[in-house]
Amino acid sequence: MAHLTSIPTLEPVEDRTMILNMGPQHPSTHGVLRLILEIDGETVVRMMPDIGYLHTGIEKTCEAKFYQQVVPLTDRIDYLCPLTNNLCYCLAVEKLLGLEIPPKAQWMRVLLNELTRINSHLVWLGTHALDIGAMSVFLYCFREREDILRLFEMVSGQRMMTSYFRIGGLALEPPIGFFERVRHFANRFPSKVDEYENLLTGNPIWTMRTKGVAKITAEDALALGASGPTLRGSGVDFDLRRDMPYSSYEKFKFKVPISTDGDVFARYMCRVQELRESIAMVQQALDGMPEGPIKADAPKVVLPDREKMKTQMEALIYHFKIITEGFAVPAGEVYQAVESPRGEMGYYVVSDGTAKPYRVHMRAACLANLQTLPTMCEGRLIADVVAAIGSIDIVLGEIDR
Amino acid sequence: MPLQPAITDLEQLKSHPAIAKLLAWNPAAVEEARFDRDEISIYISRDFIRQACVLLRDNPECPFNFLADVTCVDWLPQEPRFEVVYHLLSISKKERVRLKVRLDGRSPAVDSVTSIWPAANYFEREVYDLFGVRFTGHPYLRRLLMPEDWEGYPLRKDYPVEGYR
Repeated sequence: MAHLTSIPTLEPVEDRTMILNMGPQHPSTHGVLRLILEIDGETVVRMMPDIGYLHTGIEKTCEAKFYQQVVPLTDRIDYLCPLTNNLCYCLAVEKLLGLEIPPKAQWMRVLLNELTRINSHLVWLGTHALDIGAMSVFLYCFREREDILRLFEMVSGQRMMTSYFRIGGLALEPPIGFFERVRHFANRFPSKVDEYENLLTGNPIWTMRTKGVAKITAEDALALGASGPTLRGSGVDFDLRRDMPYSSYEKFKFKVPISTDGDVFARYMCRVQELRESIAMVQQALDGMPEGPIKADAPKVVLPDREKMKTQMEALIYHFKIITEGFAVPAGEVYQAVESPRGEMGYYVVSDGTAKPYRVHMRAACLANLQTLPTMCEGRLIADVVAAIGSIDIVLGEIDR
Repeated sequence: MPLQPAITDLEQLKSHPAIAKLLAWNPAAVEEARFDRDEISIYISRDFIRQACVLLRDNPECPFNFLADVTCVDWLPQEPRFEVVYHLLSISKKERVRLKVRLDGRSPAVDSVTSIWPAANYFEREVYDLFGVRFTGHPYLRRLLMPEDWEGYPLRKDYPVEGYR
């Protein structure tokens, strides 16, 4: 772990080497990632990521909001999977409150989370291929992504910052015709994945740029805190959805794709197979969607229906109280982790018994995954750095928060 | 699942693999333990955190080989003011445990666990950056998210939400 002790400086350390600054405004760093590279010719000798350009202080802002007001903030953390953030935060607060969520809400959460995973992986696949030089994959991926964004818009009124989950359930009943549209998409999508694979998996240029590139062993990946496809690409068989299930994931049948090579191609294969598994889970969720309410029976926490507010005094009072003074959450602390498209996303929420969270901390999967980058890239060519960044599926919003 | 009262009696929690291991090694290291909402928290004495982490990572029955997170909570005006929180995960046994270290407010410092889990590198830098807790033995303890010349530690409770301006 040589990079841990190395100090970044813009002065070259040896006569042979020079310092190359990459980013923060660089199209292949997927946002505002800055890398300081010490290079010997075309070979990277040392790498030092420099982050913080997108730091917004969301954790501090959360402490000044009521519990329910934090939900829209969580969208902005990892902007490629807003619903996964919503889910993780809601699960954490529900655990603090001891709330039981009705089955339909849980299944809807799974359905939307798997769609989010597909959405996020499509952006990853498109941009990753674009970085390596396969332009057309990007257009194909964004065509399907558009369909998913329309589904999100239909269910929540928003394409990207959905905020559809609420503490205690869902914001709204899914609209009429929603499930038919999801099913239509789910039936078509597997053939689209074949299309992407036709373009890439057997493509000799793609395999030359990805096979054996940016390798990392399972021991290194574990020690550096990598999770998700970055860890599974190195052969560690661990997925929170299967191994520590939440929100009724235990009722779904799915395989966890792993690959033992630990290179860019292995991580690519893991994610592409995850696309197929996720769409199968969407199908299962559609087939088995339970009937019933979408909100928990907890009037002090969950906002009442609009109809009841117009006819019942009590509902109106509860609504007024939740909006103006929030709801008190019993003191305690909870760490809730979910499998985001990038790995283990965790929310650590501490309550001191008032209506505002005392501390909200997000465990960002990308922050830990980023630490593997120097190990992957040191000793390799500069062109491989671009492939490596794409392969860990980096989202700077989540890293900097 | 209605909330159950928290269990804080060390005798009742002895059967948990992490607590059993720590108590067998050094009862003085374990200050307190708490089982609440299906999660176990162990308060470790500040001087023993590094050794306790080595012990838990290398425990053959339940190896906590994955450091999920390091963070901090500021309990101003209480003393000891800071709590550094470590979330460990055992990938083979699918167990989680939370370790906590209490630090006083005047010059908060604790041993770094970077040499045990290199993952702690960024996590500890983030805590240093936002809370001003020093990690002794950290190879590169500098600000991570805030600018290098920033004054103050934004996530402390006495730091205003809008910042000083």
